[in-house]
Amino acid sequence: MRRIFPIINAVVAIGAGLIVLIGYFADLQGMMEFRLLLFQWAVIVGGVAVLVGIWNLFSVHLQKIRAKKPGSIYSLVLLFFLLLTLFLLYFPLMLQSIVSDDLAQVNTVSTVNTIILDGIIIPVEVSLMAVLAVTLIVSAIRMLRTRADLPAIVFLATAFLTLFGIALRSFLGQIPVIGDLARSQFITDVLALGGARGILIGVALGTLTTSLRILLGIDRPYGGK
Amino acid sequence: MISQSAGTLAIGIVIFAGLLLTLFTLLYKRFPFYFRNILAFMRVRRAASLVVEDGTRLHVSIGSANLLTPAAASALAGLAIIRHLGEVTSLSDHPPVTTTGSATLNLLAQDTLRTAHEAVATEQAFDMNNGRLAGLTPLSYVAGVMPTIRDEKISTNVIIGNFGPEVGLLTEAADRQKTPIIAASDSLPAQAVLYVATQEPLIGEELFAAGAYTQSGPGHAASLLVQDVLRWLIILALIGGALLKVAGLP
Repeated sequence: MRRIFPIINAVVAIGAGLIVLIGYFADLQGMMEFRLLLFQWAVIVGGVAVLVGIWNLFSVHLQKIRAKKPGSIYSLVLLFFLLLTLFLLYFPLMLQSIVSDDLAQVNTVSTVNTIILDGIIIPVEVSLMAVLAVTLIVSAIRMLRTRADLPAIVFLATAFLTLFGIALRSFLGQIPVIGDLARSQFITDVLALGGARGILIGVALGTLTTSLRILLGIDRPYGGK
Repeated sequence: MISQSAGTLAIGIVIFAGLLLTLFTLLYKRFPFYFRNILAFMRVRRAASLVVEDGTRLHVSIGSANLLTPAAASALAGLAIIRHLGEVTSLSDHPPVTTTGSATLNLLAQDTLRTAHEAVATEQAFDMNNGRLAGLTPLSYVAGVMPTIRDEKISTNVIIGNFGPEVGLLTEAADRQKTPIIAASDSLPAQAVLYVATQEPLIGEELFAAGAYTQSGPGHAASLLVQDVLRWLIILALIGGALLKVAGLP
């Protein structure tokens, strides 16, 4: 049985992959419906995977607290607020569903939900982005110290010119030659765009060959030796 | 549904690439291919061999790609690294730990770690908690990964997958612990950040070379050769198109 399961896994995975691929290019009878059905299954499996993932998160942090590992106090805080959020979000819903006969009338977006999202999660994430901006400036300065080669200097000089070009465009517009350069956006629209397209073509080719390896059964991310 | 001519061309490219991949995989044993050295992957191999000796562990983070989007390919490249590092370091006291930002990806990472563990057939029990879901949004994921980098006696961080510019926070966390970091992303803003923040940045399709440089299996090596062939064909098509346009032909 241990040898049969990987083969069945491979056949199902490759079959599903080929059906979705063919359905994307050819309008065959019934193919579109079957493709959509496979997508719906994938979405359902994804939903269940989130529950499993939350249990994994819980289990990892509980293990950390039990083992008294460094930083376990943060794990304790995380678990406390995880449970509190679950309680605050689902308790009102449960009460509403008990009181109301029509489940469609139950208001799933509660005030608590809005407070948690708009008052805590979004501001914290925005502040992390602010920290990121400072981190990037520090990294750029550090790069000049550790890797002061020509590409690094060109990279930083380009970033500096582009940022200042955008910020000072209205002032530079009055100066001949420099003003024309700032207005033309030559760096962003020609040089950077050309480079970005080249990198994206490389990434697309990598994506294609990675997918083909899975369709041909060379790579088996679903397990199997 | 895409237009018929575009669909025909796309399916033609897919079939052509598939045939090339099969051909090169079969030819690999008779004519092995040799690739240029990429310093980052040399570092990964060196780090894996050191882990068993010095009692530390590797940390592999494969991003937060949704498996139903094209970005999943970068995560699949990360899974190839997990498989290889899992096999090489499963014998150590501290097997590698993986972090992901997507629930489905976490299941795949756990399964890949388990498969690698079983392939080595150690007596040590496999701990599912070595595959961790760190967070479900890009920033919560990064915030969840940072304690792993700090608290788990990590000797090297391998960060390969779908990340945005927030990956800069991970490189900073690794830098504070003075642990090396090997990072690659399929997103352009993240690549720009990694170019600044890492010693050996992996640019563009180098991310997808991870399997070929660490596992050196025929399929992975052949896929790099297919990429090269297709890239040259695209270059020729672009130059041809430009020349035709200059000549005034439609």
